[in-house]
Amino acid sequence: MKTGASPAVPAAGADPTRSPVRRPPHRFLRWYRKYGFVAGFLAAPLAIYAIFVISPFVQAIYYSFTDWTGLSSNFKMVGFKNYDWLLHDDLFWTAVGHNILLLLVLPLVTLGLGLFFAFMLNVGGRRRRNAAVSGVRGAGVYKIVYFFPQVLSIAIVALLFQYTYNPRDGMLNAALDAVGLDSLEQLWLGDPDLALWCLMAVMVWSNVGFYVVLFSAGMSSIPRDFYEAALLDGANRFHTFFRVTLPLLWDTVQTGWIYMGIIALDAFAVVQIMTVGPGGPADSTEVMGYYVYTKTFRDGQAGRATAIGVAMLVVTLIFAVIVSRLGRRERLEY
Amino acid sequence: MTAQAEPSELGGVIRKDEAPEAGPLPGPATAGRTGGEGRVLNVFSHGVLVIWALMVTLPLLWAVMSSLKTDNEILTSPWGLPNSLHFENWSRAWSKSNIGDYFLNTVVVVGCSLFGTMLLGSMAAYVLARFEFPGKRIVYFTFVGGMSFPIILALVPLFYVMKNMALLNTFHGLILVYIAYSLPFTVFFLTSFFKTLPTSVAEAAMLDGASQTRTFFQVMLPMAKPGLISVGIFNFLGQWNQYMLPTVLNTGDNKVLTQGLVELAASQQYRGDWSALFAGLVLAMLPVLGVYIIFQRQVQAGLTAGALK
Repeated sequence: MKTGASPAVPAAGADPTRSPVRRPPHRFLRWYRKYGFVAGFLAAPLAIYAIFVISPFVQAIYYSFTDWTGLSSNFKMVGFKNYDWLLHDDLFWTAVGHNILLLLVLPLVTLGLGLFFAFMLNVGGRRRRNAAVSGVRGAGVYKIVYFFPQVLSIAIVALLFQYTYNPRDGMLNAALDAVGLDSLEQLWLGDPDLALWCLMAVMVWSNVGFYVVLFSAGMSSIPRDFYEAALLDGANRFHTFFRVTLPLLWDTVQTGWIYMGIIALDAFAVVQIMTVGPGGPADSTEVMGYYVYTKTFRDGQAGRATAIGVAMLVVTLIFAVIVSRLGRRERLEY
Repeated sequence: MTAQAEPSELGGVIRKDEAPEAGPLPGPATAGRTGGEGRVLNVFSHGVLVIWALMVTLPLLWAVMSSLKTDNEILTSPWGLPNSLHFENWSRAWSKSNIGDYFLNTVVVVGCSLFGTMLLGSMAAYVLARFEFPGKRIVYFTFVGGMSFPIILALVPLFYVMKNMALLNTFHGLILVYIAYSLPFTVFFLTSFFKTLPTSVAEAAMLDGASQTRTFFQVMLPMAKPGLISVGIFNFLGQWNQYMLPTVLNTGDNKVLTQGLVELAASQQYRGDWSALFAGLVLAMLPVLGVYIIFQRQVQAGLTAGALK
């Protein structure tokens, strides 16, 4: 910086005893001229972020090594005792198992349906003149409708389906009754074998539309020539999908997989709102996120709760690393 | 360039088919073969697409229908149409069941936090995109890293941070938390957006004597409008639909819409005013769906923008 030389000149020429007094404001002024604007713009966002996001995360890791109840201010360090408890806690492993099941099933079903519908919308239409592939008529309307659940709060969706599943007068059993399939009526959320699958259906229902729109946008940017070429080569649509569309969309699918995985690892709202008792009938819908919540606010064991939370963070990070490793392919440019 | 196999294979095919395109020969042949397949497939794809469309809309329509019935009709014939339209359910939900209050609370909280998020997020993103300073990478990754952490982990200590600052069960506390948890995505998205904007206009403004601050507000922000709209829609829906944060941090009487509805549903177990509950759900759904249908293109673009980067 050119300003760097100027304060040194008078300091060297003038009385040397005065320079220590004059220099500090100068240095500050120089810093201020250079970074004042940056600091001014970053101060408020960084302060809010540090207080409400960073500090709680750091504290959570610290509390996981204490016997804090969350109620009193007295607590002491207990080392790895909470983690030791965690490893021997059956309910924790039940919750982990459910989260892993969600992690495997939800992205597969949701992304699969999303890809399928997007392909139908973009390539499944009747062939028109001069076009190798064409979308179905009314593709725009389908996309608008499919996206509905995405703009609704998960709380509203969960409540809606709680009544849909209601065994006595819910929509589902009433519909089965109406078509004479009474024998298929279920307790749904009240049945320990079914409850978790009912939650999964709701989460699939509310997320498919997002991926239809996402993959549609990706598919419409694939040049039409590619499809024309594949069809001329004798490929049917099945082959076209797996040999042309999917490889070209791979990056988007991978991003979607991570998004869906984060949703699967959370699942707090649907469990808390939809299932009875804490964590469903016979703990059949207990997940890590909800276990953190009950351990803190019902049991007053904040130390153990934060240990569960840290375990959840570890699972999340492992998942992200696996997906980005497994999914790594050479990027196709087009 | 990086991928060899597939594009070159396809490229070869494209070159092959460009030549005969002018000739009449392949036209009818291919049309004849795929025409039949196309028709069958077309019926199949419409069939599948309609089924999913029904699966999406039926629960929503069922809620609307139930909200216009009497309690007795809801319990005895869940699928039947209402004998007459009971719009008084809606007004009862709005005033007696406090849905109106919850609605206004949500408007206030989301309005303030959305403004704060956009202002602070774009300021941070602008500085991170356009200026060099020590620690820049650390600041950027600190913000962006917040996207992948499970919020529930921070929620327990956050509850006590808020309690100590006397922010628990207050609107301004909730607003600050909403802003803080919206910053990671906002900064991530807008930083890359500001990087794509040309520098020349801002430089011209500086040469004309505009200060850095003025350049930002009067030149750069208007230029960043498309990005601001996308991320604004994303944040609006995320904050309007937020459930976990208010459930833990705002347990007083001034509830927001989502937690108010869940509370209302829980109280039905002994009150049994089902029609008011469905009316509440519909009142909460309709404005968001209405706004979505009007701005559907922008909403779809805004919500998927983050994943398409």
